[in-house]
Amino acid sequence: MVLLSLAYHSLKNRVLTTALTVFSIGLSIALLIGVENVRVGARESFANTISQTDLIVGARGGSLQLLLYSVFRIGAATNNITYQTYEHWKNHPAVAWTIPYSLGDSHRGFRVVGTDENFYKHYRFRRDRSITFDSGRLPQDVFEVALGSDVAKTLGYKTGDKIVITHGVAAAAGRGILDHKDKPFTVSGVLTKTATPVDRSLYIPLEGISAVHIDWTDGAPPMPGEEVPAEKITKQTVKIDQITSFLLRSKSRIDTLRLQREISTYAEEPMQAIIPGLTLQELWRTIGYAEDALTVVTFFVIIVGLLGMLVSLYTSLNERRREMAILRAIGAGPFKIISLLVLESFLLSIAGCVLGVALVYVLSVTFQPIVEQHFGLYVPIQPPTSTGWIYLGAVAVAGLIIGFIPAWKAYRNTLSDGLSVRL
Amino acid sequence: MSGTAPAIQLTDVRFAYGKGPTVLDIPSFRVEAKERVFLFGPSGSGKTTLLGVMAGVLAGYSGGVEVLGRDIAKLSGSQRDAFRGSHLGYIFQLFNLIPYLSVMENITLPCRLSAERRARLKGVPLEQGAHAVAQRLGIDELLTKRVTNLSVGQQQRVAAARSLLGTPELIIADEPTSSLDYDHREKFLELLFESCAAAGSTLLFVSHDRSLMHLFDRQLSLPDINRAGA
Ligand SMILES: Nc1ncnc2c1ncn2[C@@H]1O[C@H](COP(=O)(O)OP(=O)(O)OP(=O)(O)O)[C@@H](O)[C@H]1O
Ligand SMILES: [Mg+2]
Repeated sequence: MVLLSLAYHSLKNRVLTTALTVFSIGLSIALLIGVENVRVGARESFANTISQTDLIVGARGGSLQLLLYSVFRIGAATNNITYQTYEHWKNHPAVAWTIPYSLGDSHRGFRVVGTDENFYKHYRFRRDRSITFDSGRLPQDVFEVALGSDVAKTLGYKTGDKIVITHGVAAAAGRGILDHKDKPFTVSGVLTKTATPVDRSLYIPLEGISAVHIDWTDGAPPMPGEEVPAEKITKQTVKIDQITSFLLRSKSRIDTLRLQREISTYAEEPMQAIIPGLTLQELWRTIGYAEDALTVVTFFVIIVGLLGMLVSLYTSLNERRREMAILRAIGAGPFKIISLLVLESFLLSIAGCVLGVALVYVLSVTFQPIVEQHFGLYVPIQPPTSTGWIYLGAVAVAGLIIGFIPAWKAYRNTLSDGLSVRL
Repeated sequence: MSGTAPAIQLTDVRFAYGKGPTVLDIPSFRVEAKERVFLFGPSGSGKTTLLGVMAGVLAGYSGGVEVLGRDIAKLSGSQRDAFRGSHLGYIFQLFNLIPYLSVMENITLPCRLSAERRARLKGVPLEQGAHAVAQRLGIDELLTKRVTNLSVGQQQRVAAARSLLGTPELIIADEPTSSLDYDHREKFLELLFESCAAAGSTLLFVSHDRSLMHLFDRQLSLPDINRAGA
């Protein structure tokens, strides 16, 4: 095709402006697709903050609240559930496993979570990742604690250190009045970074939570002299009365829904069970408007990129008047002149799209591990998503349409110039 | 009226650029088929403008312009372009070539743009035909070069080769020899005449160089036929 070869040669002739234009479109495409990928990644990562858990169960209340304190360690439960009830569901025939959480204490601003070995065995995030240790091992003794990686890093703790936990979760970090000072915990291990809220908590055995409150009455610390010394407490001697919530895995999908219904109608105690995926989605929708803002910004970047192309094509027309007059004289009609310029702009935007996709690919491959490690954001490396294709198509079409502006101008030039070739 | 239709027939043609002064006001101008006409006139007298009107590039004139038996005004814009592409060879006064194409690509461009013009090569492969013409004009060594690396005279010969390839019925040349040395001017005209004779083409040749005018069938001074600007 003659026009294609003309367009190609003409673009090649102006290699610097062509390269700059393609680069600026490429960059904006890369930004658009990159943001799209990050958005997909963020949504995915968020939805996979916790995985393989079918139900989160707690005392009746707001479902979002239950999700927030059980998964994100934000806010607090208004009510607990009894340990008996927990054991009832734990031993339910449709239940594969449960992970109990006992919340309410903290250490220098980080939440302390009472749980048992099921947490280390069954807890999953990002689809199939489990809890592992950077150093040490899981807490076995009543007064042992495992640290989330952020906790260890921020506070500079290592295995063997002794720490004191604080009653309550108010920001009164280390204020001291309600510290469980008489019952210090020994760090048994530090968890590997998960880039989820798991990193920002400390994990002690369920018995540990009971043990620090063993001598408390009605939520008040013991009078001086009435404390039960830590040495006297063993896993066997403490009784667990209640927990805050638990994660549950059912044996099959159908069981999940049946269990959810059964739990919320449980006669012994007012309870609720939520499906984390659904509630996470709900939460994402409420905070997701930020991503729309991001998209709007990238759209403007695209527009600027395309305008740059328009400007470069348009300004090149003056130098190309002569070329257009010659083309016209040797028989290229208005249709061909217009097609030539539209084709050029189309080629530029297509090249920009290709460059943009390539850029995203290279950047993703280079930075994916780093981003995943630091932000817990798994940005997928994949061919453009359907949304991505729509963006690419839109840019190509926009390039085509924008090409008509200089094309029309070029055509007008050839009409007014005639054969007197202007310089 | 003579037996054959004229190649060019202008009647009462008036033309002005936009709202500017009248540049052309020609009651009658006629070029017979196969005639070789030499047109001259002072700078600014409207020679290039006249060629533009005849080539159907400038619109907005009044009067009748018939080229190769066709009323240009009755053709649509794109028909006019196609007509020019396939039946006319045009050589510009200056700057004739597409800067980003090679010499070969420049020479073959009209034939690639117009299937009709290409058909007139009568089965000779495009590149081969281009090579033959280029050889006659002494530019066959330059075929693969970039046109921006040519001397002005070389560029004019490339433009000539382009207008001759596929021998169109009407060749319009706007001072094509202004940058050629004596030898090349001779060769160029020789080839031009030969090609025109072989293909039965009409030649309208604009030049300041009156030393060439005796070679033509007829010599015309534009101010003599143009009432405007007189
Ligand atoms: N595109 C244009 N727009 C407006 N006026 C023009 C245009 N081209 C030429 N003119 C004017 O028309 C008149 C005739 O110009 P034209 O180019 O036809 O002269 P010419 O006889 O070819 O001169 P030369 O021998 O110098 O090439 C001049 O006065 C010129 O200023
Ligand atoms: Mg002129």
